[in-house]
Amino acid sequence: MVSFELSLLTTEIIMAVLGLGLFVIGLILPRGSRKGMFPITLFALLGVLAFAIYDFFYGQTGAFLQGMYMHDQFASFLRILFLVAAILVVLSTKDYVAQFQAYRGEFYPLLLLATLGMMLMAGSGDLITMYVGLELMTISFYILVAYKPNDPKSSEAGIKYLVLGAASSAVLLYGVSLIYGLTGNTQLNAIAYALGGDVNPVVILATVMMLAGFGFKISLIPFHMWAPDIYEGAPSPVTAFLATASKAAGFAALVRFYVLMLYNTSMAETGMVILLVLAALTMIVGNLMAIPQKNIQRLMAYSGIAQAGYVMVGVIAVSIASAAGGANPVTAFIDGIKGVLFYLMIYIFANLGAFAVITHVAQTQGSTEIKDYAGLARRSPLAAAVLTVSLLALAGIPPLAGFVGKFYLFSAAINQGHVWIAVIGFVMSMISVYYYLSVVKVMYLGDGEGLAEAPVRGAAKFGMVFSMIVTIVLGIYPTPLAQMAITAATSLVR
Amino acid sequence: MSTLAFQPEVGSLILPFALLAPILAAFLIVFIPKEEGKTIKLVAAIGTLTSLLLSLYVFFAYDRSLAGMQFALTIPLVPDIGVNLAFGVDGISIPMMLLTNLIGFTAVYSSWNIDKRPKEFFVLLLILISGVMGTFIATDLFIFFLFYEIVVIPIYIMVIIWGSSKRVTKEYAGMKLTIYLLIGSALLLVAMVSLWVNATNQLAAMGQGPTFMFADLAKLEFDQNFQIFCFGLLTLGFGSLISMFPFHSWSPDGYAGAPTAVSMIHAGVLKKIGGYGLIRLGLMVFPLGAKFWAPVIAILAVINVLYAAFIALAQKDLKYVVGYSSVSHMGYVLIAVAALNLTSINGAVAMMFAHGVMSALFFSMIGFIYEKTHTRNIADLGGLAHQMPRLAAGFLIAGMAGLGLPGTVNFIGEFTIFIGTVKALPVHAVIGIAGIIFTAVYSLRLIANVLFGPRRKEWDHLQDLRGPELVPLVVLVFVIFVTGMFPNTVLQLIDTGVQSSGLAKVLEAVSQAKIGGLF
Repeated sequence: MVSFELSLLTTEIIMAVLGLGLFVIGLILPRGSRKGMFPITLFALLGVLAFAIYDFFYGQTGAFLQGMYMHDQFASFLRILFLVAAILVVLSTKDYVAQFQAYRGEFYPLLLLATLGMMLMAGSGDLITMYVGLELMTISFYILVAYKPNDPKSSEAGIKYLVLGAASSAVLLYGVSLIYGLTGNTQLNAIAYALGGDVNPVVILATVMMLAGFGFKISLIPFHMWAPDIYEGAPSPVTAFLATASKAAGFAALVRFYVLMLYNTSMAETGMVILLVLAALTMIVGNLMAIPQKNIQRLMAYSGIAQAGYVMVGVIAVSIASAAGGANPVTAFIDGIKGVLFYLMIYIFANLGAFAVITHVAQTQGSTEIKDYAGLARRSPLAAAVLTVSLLALAGIPPLAGFVGKFYLFSAAINQGHVWIAVIGFVMSMISVYYYLSVVKVMYLGDGEGLAEAPVRGAAKFGMVFSMIVTIVLGIYPTPLAQMAITAATSLVR
Repeated sequence: MSTLAFQPEVGSLILPFALLAPILAAFLIVFIPKEEGKTIKLVAAIGTLTSLLLSLYVFFAYDRSLAGMQFALTIPLVPDIGVNLAFGVDGISIPMMLLTNLIGFTAVYSSWNIDKRPKEFFVLLLILISGVMGTFIATDLFIFFLFYEIVVIPIYIMVIIWGSSKRVTKEYAGMKLTIYLLIGSALLLVAMVSLWVNATNQLAAMGQGPTFMFADLAKLEFDQNFQIFCFGLLTLGFGSLISMFPFHSWSPDGYAGAPTAVSMIHAGVLKKIGGYGLIRLGLMVFPLGAKFWAPVIAILAVINVLYAAFIALAQKDLKYVVGYSSVSHMGYVLIAVAALNLTSINGAVAMMFAHGVMSALFFSMIGFIYEKTHTRNIADLGGLAHQMPRLAAGFLIAGMAGLGLPGTVNFIGEFTIFIGTVKALPVHAVIGIAGIIFTAVYSLRLIANVLFGPRRKEWDHLQDLRGPELVPLVVLVFVIFVTGMFPNTVLQLIDTGVQSSGLAKVLEAVSQAKIGGLF
């Protein structure tokens, strides 16, 4: 019986129509009035977000086309996350995009298509759907990264991302083809069933290939080399979106793939060992490399790498639970996924708060160097406060949201007996305070003489204040988000 | 019996009010224009005074015959991991809470002459005071940590903006202090999460939900190795906070770089969170771990006492002398904790209170000296008693309290510690007592070189303390002598805390337990 309920795909269809429609609108509108693209995109996204939230709580769930595409709360949660990220990015771009003049019309549609790609990844129940979503996202990003006209750095970043992204896709596809060769199937459920308890080198190779492919997207060490250069060269809002939503989408796909692969002992164990080592390395190297950075977007790139390491700890907690078949695998499973989802959502808000400020400074001062943040506290107290709060939230200083997030992640790992990885995680996150604080120091201590006043206005101000408030409130009262994350995680258990 | 004290259904709102008063003041200050320095200071003073009065009320209204946690309030905050917004005080936490507010109030007055960005300064100071107070009144481990980590960042910002660069730059001092405390807290977090996971599994087996409440955690029994592991982490974490050797080096540098108010709060109360945490969490929840690590702590503590006192002898900067002296004094607290008996724990808490008051007074006076003379170099100073008799009196009393002169509360603390420790660790205690000789030498030398000697012409223009500057002097000296003359006001309270919190029983059980220890 083939289920073909299109209503399950409402959000995705709206997004596709919106994205393509905006392309057309962008072409039809005369040049002078293309600034209208901003409110159209913003309000359309808000509408979709409202629907996505309704869908999460009251919508129907089910598998589309015999499990090609899953419409469960896990996907819905991530859909909300991507939309929130897109909205926050759009809010910060109002004045920034104005400098693109002629190409202004295409910026927002590309952003929407990238978001659609992420949604497909989060909902995919099949390796092909996953790949299609991933490519839709990545190809939109190839263009967006190189979006700054006449900026060699941006073009260089675009080319680099294209080459490296294509290579990583190739690796991923190789993994997919190996799995298809072994099982004759691309559907995750069927693969898990077909592999059974088989242990052989090919399965291990396939696992490694798949992990490498996903590892690139979430900038896990040693697949992180692209991140600093591309984050530095890309336009600030694009970096923001790339650093947050794209990473979350990578995790979504990884979790989907991983959770089902866990039924196979060989895959689970290979994956677990690899991921444990990589997560530890990612946390250590990411944080240490961030310390000497002079450019804030590079700094955020390394900080993002380290953050990916923390989230990976949550994924590991899941894998151990199912592999070892501990006392209560289901709770352990939910704890891990809950931690991952909760942390990703917080990561979005904290990072986008920081990037709203970075975008603002990039646009008013034309610089992303940390030294140009001197005296920002005096020139724009709000921006400085938002950046401080966001960075401290990323460092996991209570009462900001990052602390609770890390608690969820690391308690899940400790529950599986991996105390040492939690030790590394906590110590490294305290070390991260060092480089986050050095940015704060520049903002509050420096004179910033000769630098322009940089008051924040309008949409950007709203975006900043909103993300700051959410970061603080979720730190003090995380229950609602935690409940949502639990619901989403539970929907993965069948 | 006080009617307010016990209303378990409703809970008492006094503690949250005391906690919120400084926050509220900080919030008000945000809206005062930055030119109105006077108003800002006044609002800060009122905020801290409110907390001080409320904690005095708690101090006197606490029902000593009933003991136990009083003025309790519990609001479930994050049910899925069992976090409660829980406050309550017993005989151990009341002295610390009172101390926090005494120092908070006087710190505001010690900063009365600050005119560089006063608005930000007082906002951060008030957040800091509130954060420290929160750790002492929290009865939930998670909330305890939350408040502890809240204080770290304001301290960093205050040091780098309002601090002073002498032997080391203020940026270096601030970062060193922050990193030491944060790495320490990372280890504490590991212990906390491990404890929570272990407790949750135990509770789940009994069909109960997870919890972070100190009282509930203390009821559970943990595996011996697990206790040893966790207490080891706590020793490192709280040890670096209480400046245990060899994790003490942030303390003198940090105090020297920090502005007066931060030095007062940091040396006065923040450090004590380490001792408080070891008693409240370490001894009560991991008694066997404590027994295992006690010999190690005892030895490190003796090194603390002697080594730091010795180094203090050689210092040229006033703040470094007091910085090292505070490291040395914390050694006594650690010895007392390691002795693991009722008397010594009583002494430890009393000592923390006494040292808090004394070091706050010391730093406050040094702050004024520096403000007026622009130097902290002992060699440049001298004969200040001629020009500034009031300041000299305060400095002298702080010095005398520091070396444990009878009549001051510090004498009571040290004496109780020695009585308690001699029983359990005679050798350590005797060596520790010898440390008092060093303390006397550097204190007297300091007092002689700074206050006495021939009148120096270059200081003739200095004005003695007056007006608001007198507040720290009067309040803290008053406390030192009143509690010194009537030690029972504090000691009896501490004793009820130690008895009723179940620590007495725990310690008794520990003394029976045979687990070799490390030596």
